[in-house]
Amino acid sequence: MTLLSVDNISVEFTTRDGRVEPLNGISFDLDDGEIVGLVGETGSGKSVTAQAIMGLLPFLDGKVSQGRILFKGNDLLSLSEYEYQKIRGNQISLISQNPMTSLDPVYKVGDQIVEGLRLHLDITRSEAAKKAVAVMTSLGIANSEKVFSQYPHQLSGGLKQRIVIAMGLCADPKLLIADEPTTALDVTVQAQIIALFKKTIQNRHMGMIMITHDLGVIAHLCDKVVVMYAGTVVEKGSVSAVFNEPGHPYTSSLLGCIPTFGMAQKTLNAIPGNVPSVRTFPSGCRYHPRCLKARPVCVDHSPETIRAPNGTQVKCHMFSPDWSKDHEPVG
Amino acid sequence: METHQDQESIIPPANRWIRRVKKIRSNRAGLLGAFLIAGLILVALTADLLAPYSYKEQDLTIMNSPPSIDHLMGTDEFGRDVFSRILHGSRISVYVGVVSVGLSVLIGSLLGAIAGYYGGILDRGLSLITDLTWSLPEILVALLLVAVVGAGVECVIIAIALTYWAQYARLIRGQILMLKNEIYVEATRSLGATDYTILFKHLFPNAIAPVIVAATIGIGQAIVLEATLGFLGMGAQPPTPSWGAMMSNGTAYLFISPWVIIFPGIAMMITVFGFNLFGDVLVDIMDIREDTLK
Amino acid sequence: MWQFILRRLLLMIPIFFVLSVIIFSLIHIVPGNPIDNLIGPGMTKAHEQKLIEKYHLDKPLPVQYGIWLANLFQGDLGTSIIEKRPVAELLRHHLPYSLSLGLTAIALSFVLGVSMGIISAAAKDTFIDHAAMVVALFGVTIPAFWLGLILILIFAVWLNLLPVSGSGDLLSLILPAVTVGLGGAGLIARITRVSMLEVASRDFIVMLHAKGLGKKAILLKHTLRNALIPVITILGLRIGWVLGGTVTVEIVFARPGLGQLLITGLFRRDYPVIQGAMLLLAMGIVLGTFLADVLYAVADPRVRDQHQ
Repeated sequence: MTLLSVDNISVEFTTRDGRVEPLNGISFDLDDGEIVGLVGETGSGKSVTAQAIMGLLPFLDGKVSQGRILFKGNDLLSLSEYEYQKIRGNQISLISQNPMTSLDPVYKVGDQIVEGLRLHLDITRSEAAKKAVAVMTSLGIANSEKVFSQYPHQLSGGLKQRIVIAMGLCADPKLLIADEPTTALDVTVQAQIIALFKKTIQNRHMGMIMITHDLGVIAHLCDKVVVMYAGTVVEKGSVSAVFNEPGHPYTSSLLGCIPTFGMAQKTLNAIPGNVPSVRTFPSGCRYHPRCLKARPVCVDHSPETIRAPNGTQVKCHMFSPDWSKDHEPVG
Repeated sequence: METHQDQESIIPPANRWIRRVKKIRSNRAGLLGAFLIAGLILVALTADLLAPYSYKEQDLTIMNSPPSIDHLMGTDEFGRDVFSRILHGSRISVYVGVVSVGLSVLIGSLLGAIAGYYGGILDRGLSLITDLTWSLPEILVALLLVAVVGAGVECVIIAIALTYWAQYARLIRGQILMLKNEIYVEATRSLGATDYTILFKHLFPNAIAPVIVAATIGIGQAIVLEATLGFLGMGAQPPTPSWGAMMSNGTAYLFISPWVIIFPGIAMMITVFGFNLFGDVLVDIMDIREDTLK
Repeated sequence: MWQFILRRLLLMIPIFFVLSVIIFSLIHIVPGNPIDNLIGPGMTKAHEQKLIEKYHLDKPLPVQYGIWLANLFQGDLGTSIIEKRPVAELLRHHLPYSLSLGLTAIALSFVLGVSMGIISAAAKDTFIDHAAMVVALFGVTIPAFWLGLILILIFAVWLNLLPVSGSGDLLSLILPAVTVGLGGAGLIARITRVSMLEVASRDFIVMLHAKGLGKKAILLKHTLRNALIPVITILGLRIGWVLGGTVTVEIVFARPGLGQLLITGLFRRDYPVIQGAMLLLAMGIVLGTFLADVLYAVADPRVRDQHQ
């Protein structure tokens, strides 16, 4: 059953220097019980996608300029703000990047979980407190009752992140969006949190979007992967297909950048050039300035999304039938 | 990412000041402030020429008369022209404002810089004193000092200087504390520079910026404090006109000739307004975060 | 939390002593005899000597200080040279007027200032915002006594609505309280506006939207609550400035408070009164700062665990 269907959305922001379009034609699907990884470098538009799904764009001077976001068959973009509030935190939850700054410093952490609970469930304060403590314990927090009454500044980073996750999960959402939830944490804590996600998603049979720039996390956790570059989806498919046989040059370069044990070469692989800024996206295929396989057609025309032989969807001219007809690569 | 600060340090000093002046020109509020201040100084310097009447010339036949063509702002209880007295009063205000703040900046920044640089017991002692002085209201401290030193313009200057130095000491101490840990201080010292050189040639010029901003606004505040003390009868003595004293004398005639009180007050407001506007712009052009001022 | 309060409370004791020393020494540095006022032309040397002894003026300064302090702790602050009444009694009589004025003014400043600040922040960069901030700037720059005089002119003379001076009733409290309050309101409005805008841009506010909270709940329960912290801090630091205005305002409105007592004492060189009134006013402000500190700790949980 398709839980979420992002259908060709583009996003516009109004800034001091005019309008910018950080997302252009993003599409992907997510089924019940699936974990989809959204991967890309900083500036690829991953977080904006999350904000769009959550309906938070109006609060950030942005809007979805085209497309639909179907959740359980309903277009979220047609909802009023009031209706959207009912869904946020309840059916779809967001966990964001920095646990240090995600919590209100002046309220006890337990009370902040309770706040979310009482917003969406019709229960008393003491019932909500009990439920909160239960969720906290299930996430591996020791002495949940004591932690309940503490303030954010009294907790470690890992503990704070578990609280944020508890806040996200306490109302039993159907979809969880995690935006780089482990970037700000130590490596050992990262591993624990990832394992936690895996277990939780399995137990509750919910869907999850994992946003990260860490390919290792994708490999460990996700079923499907969506590779983003400069506001477009350049490749998407099952993790095994994409990682074993990457279709898009960007994906192969990304995978090639990961150093492995026993490498013969002396220097690290890096992709030449820089990620373009949202104001100066290149014409045609946005990756062409950095792509070793680029041809004139890549400069002039934006590629279609084509189905590759191994089942993945790739947005690249290389997979169009006309490609093999010209033989001149542009350096 | 290139920050504004990085760009600033790349540009040679002379051009930096030119850019700052240009920035003032483009900021209308600051420009207004600069004009007002310039106007005030001009008036203070040329009061003798501008004033239609002498500030002490009495004419009891026209006492307490309302504003008219002859007397733009009316006359006071001795028949003296209010407009002329306001113009002359600006002298006292400018004199007291600039000198008292100048003195307190001198005292404060020297003490604060030394305390901040050497730290230890000097610093702790100074902090105690400044905290005490800082939290008491300026008016009380000034009153106490006037009680000791006596009334009169010079005494007001001393009283204000001894009241205000604390905030400048605090400001510069904070800046020095921040700056003295920077790498270039280490580097300079390892090249053999003495404490004196480091403190006055290197740290001081960089640390003084927030003090200059606070001092600009402080001149406005000092003028108000002078007027308040004058209102209480502790400032310039008659017949020297000070805005505060004018308003004090006029209180008895509030119902008869309110213009004696209204106009000096407006003059004061415009003056303080000008200093505040200019001070706000200085915050901008010197790239200082506003919370260092608090 | 209680440790924090206790520590701050104990700190007030040395502050009290330091203040008393400063006030005492400054006043006694002044050349001229405190009893010059009492010495008439026909007085004999013997009589003069008796007066000198009575006020302990023949003893060394530190001893005079000691005597003063000892008496203070017994509730005896000396006798007014002019009024011939115990200073303590005078203070007790004048204190309520200052207290009522000060408290009302602070309450007014807070309510008016915070409201203006919130409205300004919500209507950022609109005409309302600019207008409110200009008014706030005026509040900060206008000297209290002038504002008082103008208000008297408008409300008591031209509109004939409120009493010019006096002390008894609630009506006579209005104009003085507004006069002092507007200055504080201006300061608070400016800080509230900046603070609200700063808090609204923080990460956790976006998370609150993501939780599904409505805009009003976020604004009142979270944004405002966090934004008030710097307001309380600054208020605590500048409470002296706000209350200092009461001194001149009492003169303008002929209100028999501590400020008026102090000023008249200064004019008449009535040293016991000056000492007593100064000390009380200064301690009052120290107490006010302490209360603001406690309020700050209540508002910001992170402060409670700091060891200052």
